[in-house]
Amino acid sequence: MALLAFEEGIDVAEMSGADILCQCLVDQGVEVVFGYPGGAVLPIYDILYNHPKIKHVLVRHEQGATHMAEGYARSTGKPGVVLVTSGPGATNAITGITDALMDSIPMIVITGQVATHLIGSDAFQEADTVGLTRHCTKHNYLVKSPAKLAHVVHEAFHIATSGRPGPVVIDIPKDVQVATAPYSKPEMNAHPSYRPQVKADAAAISTAIEMLAAAERPILYTGGGVINSGPEASALLRELAELTGAPVTSTLMGLGAFPASSPQWLGMLGMHGTYEANMAMNKADLIVCLGARFDDRVTGRLDAFSPNSRKIHVDIDRSSVNKTVEVELPIIADVGSAMADMIAVWKQRGHEANDMTEWTARIDGWRARKCLDYVEDGAEIMPQRAIADLFSATRASGKDVIITTEVGQHQMWAAQHYHFDEPNKWLTSGGLGTMGYGFPAAIGAQIGNPDSLVICVAGDASIQMNIQELGTAIQYRLPVKIFILNNEYMGMVRQWQELTYESRYSNSYSDALPDFVKLAEAYGWTGIRIEGPQELEAGIRQMIETPGPVMVDCRVAKLSNCFPMIPSGAAHTDMLLDPSQVSGTMNDEAKALV
Amino acid sequence: MHIQEETNQRHVLSLTVANEAGILARIAGMFTARGYNIDSLTVADITPDHAISRITIVTNGPPKVIDQIIAQLDRLVPVHKVTDLSENGPYVERELALVKVAGTGEDRIEALRLADVFRAKVVDTTIESFIFEITGPSDKIDTFVGLMGQIGLVEVGRTGVVGLVRGKDPV
Repeated sequence: MALLAFEEGIDVAEMSGADILCQCLVDQGVEVVFGYPGGAVLPIYDILYNHPKIKHVLVRHEQGATHMAEGYARSTGKPGVVLVTSGPGATNAITGITDALMDSIPMIVITGQVATHLIGSDAFQEADTVGLTRHCTKHNYLVKSPAKLAHVVHEAFHIATSGRPGPVVIDIPKDVQVATAPYSKPEMNAHPSYRPQVKADAAAISTAIEMLAAAERPILYTGGGVINSGPEASALLRELAELTGAPVTSTLMGLGAFPASSPQWLGMLGMHGTYEANMAMNKADLIVCLGARFDDRVTGRLDAFSPNSRKIHVDIDRSSVNKTVEVELPIIADVGSAMADMIAVWKQRGHEANDMTEWTARIDGWRARKCLDYVEDGAEIMPQRAIADLFSATRASGKDVIITTEVGQHQMWAAQHYHFDEPNKWLTSGGLGTMGYGFPAAIGAQIGNPDSLVICVAGDASIQMNIQELGTAIQYRLPVKIFILNNEYMGMVRQWQELTYESRYSNSYSDALPDFVKLAEAYGWTGIRIEGPQELEAGIRQMIETPGPVMVDCRVAKLSNCFPMIPSGAAHTDMLLDPSQVSGTMNDEAKALV
Repeated sequence: MHIQEETNQRHVLSLTVANEAGILARIAGMFTARGYNIDSLTVADITPDHAISRITIVTNGPPKVIDQIIAQLDRLVPVHKVTDLSENGPYVERELALVKVAGTGEDRIEALRLADVFRAKVVDTTIESFIFEITGPSDKIDTFVGLMGQIGLVEVGRTGVVGLVRGKDPV
């Protein structure tokens, strides 16, 4: 490393592109990188060899690296960093990049690229990474000079972590990694056209408070934005709910921002939300949407969505406002900042919480339907029971617990029957619905939270999508737990076939399943099988108490379905509460919806 | 089951963007990915240091979709500013076309007469043909091209629309 006497006598180190990249990561406070080596990133891997500050986690498949980075980011609040090679390395990462875009997860993905003079020549392991990722990233870069690298990397971190967070890809040709340039930590001058609006318009906050103070049947509808805004936002949400007396519901992504133990908590809303949450949304006179985006899983049939309410929508992304549901009052801001302003104005004007007696009584009436109840015959483990027991056992353990999930029925049962009181403890793929997310996300969360009890609730089908990461967990001595609700089906697919296609179970049976216990043992994990209700409690306890990674194959009732449910194309008021309400067919309009 | 379609409005959007690699693909791809329409799109850099380009997009859609298009454009990192000229007071829009017409005798004279009416310039000629250069709003060019179609239209090249708001201030 030579020193160049630069203009005005400042000494600036001349460094290789790979060196500059790693120095930028150190300057950004990056402690861990999830990656997989290959030809086009060898110069970077050489810098990482025995690197004093950056720990590299070797994954088994690049998709695993992206979900680990997501799990790390979601559980720590810090951006996740991924390093993969060109071509297949980059294309394998795309599912996780898209997942991070949909769920607003801050992530930096560094991809190797063939040398600049080979770009466009169909070189070995060449893929048009910036082209392929242009529409599944918040922003992306192809860096063609080592002199530009530092600026790009620092700007990328700024873009990934500010405003609505998201993934940013930096594609670095191999010759740019080898060539040298002077490096000094650049001043942070963000992209001149990138200016996310963080602070809300004061007049809009004032109007929002008047609407809240006047509301007789208000509801706070919260989402992942509250968690992205940081732990302060969750604290502010609790204060806002207490001041106004409004009941609170949340999207799948927002669970934990508001404590499930609060009497004001209604449970999750939407397709598999609670009856009380969906009915309250339908009958409210004011909906305050905080960091959520009126997703189709939440609204049900749009023309029947909360027909008699006025709506306030706080979102940092203007394109989320009026996208599906038109609102009376949009507030473009960071949700934490907006809630702080709302609380200040509420107090300053001396507002008191309205009398909610009548509204609370109606909500209690809906709660009395006990929509999450299920029938047990004693012979089989009901999946809901397995989650409920997992919740009580982990709560009793006194440990800090982080739950991740794959995608499907088990995910919805976990959302319904595991109760979260704190943010950043629930990691799930909401927007993209990526099977294969949960297990690598658990590994990433465990690396970011070494002392926590990290459990991936999985299905027998989902877990096989990134099962190769069993090796990663062993290599880094990560005591993650996998709790498989094994019903030998792609349960949610089977459930929709039952609801829509007269139970013609086309390709939804998990044939040729592996012996999960033996599979676990083959990788050096502990494997536990739970076969019946009498083994459930002890099996869960054994999982928690066993040091090191544990995979539990929990055999549950094969044909259980996830209720309550708003079938596709139906309104909040048309929930199916139990299997007896299933007709087995649907009209074409409903069939055409996802 | 039938797929319902909504009635569309024509809007002219004017964008200033950072003149960086991939910006055009980013914008065009956002339109295709989200199912929006592009009727025309023009782009050229407009500052001496080549740092900023103006992109003018003619699109159509229901008002709600136009709002979404503007919001989606605005959140792209390299986009400085999006203005909906159609909603932003009076504005000027112009398009340039080259129109090749072939013919002899009376057709040739009629083509020249019409060109004069439309203030089109002759920029190339042979004994049997002209290329006219015409500028104006798109509908003027549509009309001219339509008339030439009855005389001996060979082919047309059009630039797409550029536009600016009227008055002394920038958008």
